[in-house]
Amino acid sequence: MDYTTIIGLEVHVQLQTNTKIFCGCSTKFNPDNPNVQTCPVCLGLPGSLPVMNRHAFDLAVKTATAINCQIARFTKWDRKQYYYPDLPKGYQISQYDLPFSHDGWLEIVINKETGEKKKIGIIRAHLEEDAGKNTHDETGRGHDSQVDLNRAGTPLLEIVSHPDLRSAQEAKEYLEELKLLLTYLEVSDCNMQEGSLRCDANVNVHIHRDGQKIATPLVEIKNLNSFRNVELAIEFEADRQYRQWQQDGMTFGAVLKETRGYDAVRNITVAQRTKENASDYRYFPDPDLVPVTIEEAYLQNVIDSMVEFPAARRTRFIQQYQLSNYDAAVIIDQGVVFANFVEHVAKICGDGKQACNWVTQDVLREMNDRKLTIEGFPIQPPVLGEILKRVNDKKITIKSGREIFLNLLNSEDLSTISVARIDQIIQEQGLSIVADSGQLEAVIVGVLAKNAKAVADFKGGKQSAVGSLIGQAMKEMKGADPATVRELLLKKLAE
Amino acid sequence: MSIIGATTGELLSRLERGELTSVELTTAYLDRIAQQDDRVSAFLTVNTAEALQQAADVDRRRQAKQPVGLLAGIPVAIKDVLCTKGLKTTCASRMLANFIPPYDAHVITQLRNADAVLIGKTNMDEFAMGSTTETSAFKITRNPWDLDRTPGGSSGGSAAAVAAGMSPLALGTDTGGSIRQPAGFCSVVGMKPTYGRVSRFGMVAYGSSLDQIGPFANDVNGAALLAQVIAGHDGRDSTSVNAPVPAYSQTVNQPLAGLRVGIAKEHFVEGLNPEVEQTLRTALQVYKSLGAEIKEVSLPHTSYGVAVYYLIAPSEASSNLARYDGVHYGHRAEQFSNMIDMYATSRGEGFGSEVKRRIMLGTYALSAGYYDAYYLKALKVRRLIRQDYDKAFEQIDVLASPASPNPPSKVGEYSANPLAMYLEDIYTIGANLAGLPGISVPAGFTEAGLPVGLQLLAAPFEEEKLLRAARMYELATKWQGQRAAL
Repeated sequence: MDYTTIIGLEVHVQLQTNTKIFCGCSTKFNPDNPNVQTCPVCLGLPGSLPVMNRHAFDLAVKTATAINCQIARFTKWDRKQYYYPDLPKGYQISQYDLPFSHDGWLEIVINKETGEKKKIGIIRAHLEEDAGKNTHDETGRGHDSQVDLNRAGTPLLEIVSHPDLRSAQEAKEYLEELKLLLTYLEVSDCNMQEGSLRCDANVNVHIHRDGQKIATPLVEIKNLNSFRNVELAIEFEADRQYRQWQQDGMTFGAVLKETRGYDAVRNITVAQRTKENASDYRYFPDPDLVPVTIEEAYLQNVIDSMVEFPAARRTRFIQQYQLSNYDAAVIIDQGVVFANFVEHVAKICGDGKQACNWVTQDVLREMNDRKLTIEGFPIQPPVLGEILKRVNDKKITIKSGREIFLNLLNSEDLSTISVARIDQIIQEQGLSIVADSGQLEAVIVGVLAKNAKAVADFKGGKQSAVGSLIGQAMKEMKGADPATVRELLLKKLAE
Repeated sequence: MSIIGATTGELLSRLERGELTSVELTTAYLDRIAQQDDRVSAFLTVNTAEALQQAADVDRRRQAKQPVGLLAGIPVAIKDVLCTKGLKTTCASRMLANFIPPYDAHVITQLRNADAVLIGKTNMDEFAMGSTTETSAFKITRNPWDLDRTPGGSSGGSAAAVAAGMSPLALGTDTGGSIRQPAGFCSVVGMKPTYGRVSRFGMVAYGSSLDQIGPFANDVNGAALLAQVIAGHDGRDSTSVNAPVPAYSQTVNQPLAGLRVGIAKEHFVEGLNPEVEQTLRTALQVYKSLGAEIKEVSLPHTSYGVAVYYLIAPSEASSNLARYDGVHYGHRAEQFSNMIDMYATSRGEGFGSEVKRRIMLGTYALSAGYYDAYYLKALKVRRLIRQDYDKAFEQIDVLASPASPNPPSKVGEYSANPLAMYLEDIYTIGANLAGLPGISVPAGFTEAGLPVGLQLLAAPFEEEKLLRAARMYELATKWQGQRAAL
């Protein structure tokens, strides 16, 4: 089986605005109360008119800028016309021939160990309004279908990639990187369950035969509601196309693009019936909306107020904190809050690597065990940073640091967690490292004097005897560094 | 002094002096409707109870010396294409026969704020598509000057209501001449403001880039006052222009010195009725006698106007009317076999033939493979037409022409020949394509006693100049005082 899978993705992202794109209705996800977030405009009542939500446009420009798109200086709105019950005006306000942005790219990491990257081209990103949601009777009793227009008019950014993706895995990476970027930018919550991120995949395969490249007909897969399903559906579809080609020999261009739906239960794609007259949307400029002109100052402001992108942050973490590609990815891929958490801790404790290790190991482990989010984690950076600062300043040992960390985490009253409480625990449990070697030496001399038998055993060749000596010395000086104690003890024994 | 036939200004001063109450006045108009409208058929809905309530409320506030609005206690008839909260708004279509809007159009809010009395909803061509008010699904409105003839359209109900003395003021809408042409046919004043001057929010759309709401009145002053009330910025209409509204009613009586009146040589074409042409020439003499200069200008793309209009307006209409699908509101067929059939049957039953004709024209023009040749080409020619006017208005203040090349048609005259009806729009559609303000004022009668209107156009946002020029003419002629004898 020698073929390459060719994939282009169309991603629809709901932008995180409070109100809809052309009216003042709420965009809250509210499936249990249909048709309550509606008004004459999003219901398409006679005489109602759309007014552009500027915030939605701002978020769209921000996103397009972040995926390296060219921003058009002049853009307009077009009507995409078709009949469907979830589309109350009989047309969707979208952008046709002059989208507000085009020709960008998104870089994805295709090898997490080596950090190898690949640029995926973006054809265009445009703004449009979401449709409502139809619910059909699935009991087979032929009851009426129902329409909920709460979602109708939610701002939607459509991002269309070039067919640059070469495997299901790459497609998944692209989606994950895009989602990460969108959440870093705070332009969308990208919740696939609630439909705030939706994806269609255009797939075909290039079969390599006798030095020739044979392309199979193009298929668009719809109904992909998780990244895992995108991956599975593409894998299935590529293989199906290969087998289909073996049977009928049909190649690209021989038939029209086919639309198939993904059936997650059976893990197959199924041919869908084409929409009536779907081929001609009769696009034309919406006369109810004025074109948008974009000025340099506006764009500069967007660029200036841009947050650091995940990819840039990954690179910086690798350099600044001496992390491996893998470790940097672990932090960045957890999302912006997590990465901010790490950096906040690093800033307080003064040791980035230490902060990274702690957060990715201790914090992440406890988060998972205790089913906590980073936002809800009881020990926030101001406190965790101070624990690590004390470790760094050699005021406490790493082991003591972990003890304090767990002690705080297990507090009955989480509101008592504070920097003051750290010092209180150090005090109570005598965790301070004794930096005064004279004091330590005196303790060790005392321990040796009290344990003549153990000393004799050790000197007689019984290595394990040193353990109990260290133990006793540590017991007397809680904050002592075990390594230092051991070293000093061996030195004394050797004298 | 009679209430019926009085001008808005006369009625307002009698109300202000306490000689008349709004309830008396409103009752008089409601009685007039009750007596005459079975012959004229101007109204689709008479808002009797609410109108009397509004009138009583204004009277109470006026007597209590509380501040009242510019149109306090004056009845205004509303074209049934403008949404009125809680009051049926049908667009004279079976599709919306039972549609009750949950909101007011912006102009209705403005009327309420001005304390006007909403006397009723007037008949029109279905969805404003037509020039005779015959395409209404409910009734045919008659011209009060000759009941065998049409009042023009599509705002024929509003024009006829004012001409028949059933309301001193009315609102209409104008997409290709639908205010100015019926105003001319009914010998009343009708003005289409500049595109963007009046918010379209709540006006049921026909051709969105052409539609504009405007006043009807029995004199220019009344039109100025009503225009002043409805004009102004509204954030709910993206095409509404944010510019201050001059107090038209304050300046309308000031004559314009050094007025330059233009005529376009392309307007004197075959098909222009000789009596109508003579009326225009006489009107120009009137302006001359008032000290105006008459200048000939050229509008070279005039002959393309009708073709451009009948591509752009139906294209937009085909899209604007897609929402009437029987799913969420409006007419839904009782019998259908599947979803597509539900759409087809509901729309097939709900729309009349002129609406269907224009939806088909527009759908065709926007179809893949035809778009560039029709719609896109039409947009380009539209720009050229606009440039013609821009150039002309560098030399003149107002452009004079007939409102329509012929006097009002007989009922049924165009039923077999819609194209002939479309060609009658030649003088009015230019203002819509170019977005200009235009007014039609009574300019006399043919020998058969049929009204002829004089149309004046001006540069964008020059309504004040337009109204003053129209008022100069009105004061110098006797036509304003003439009332249809019913």
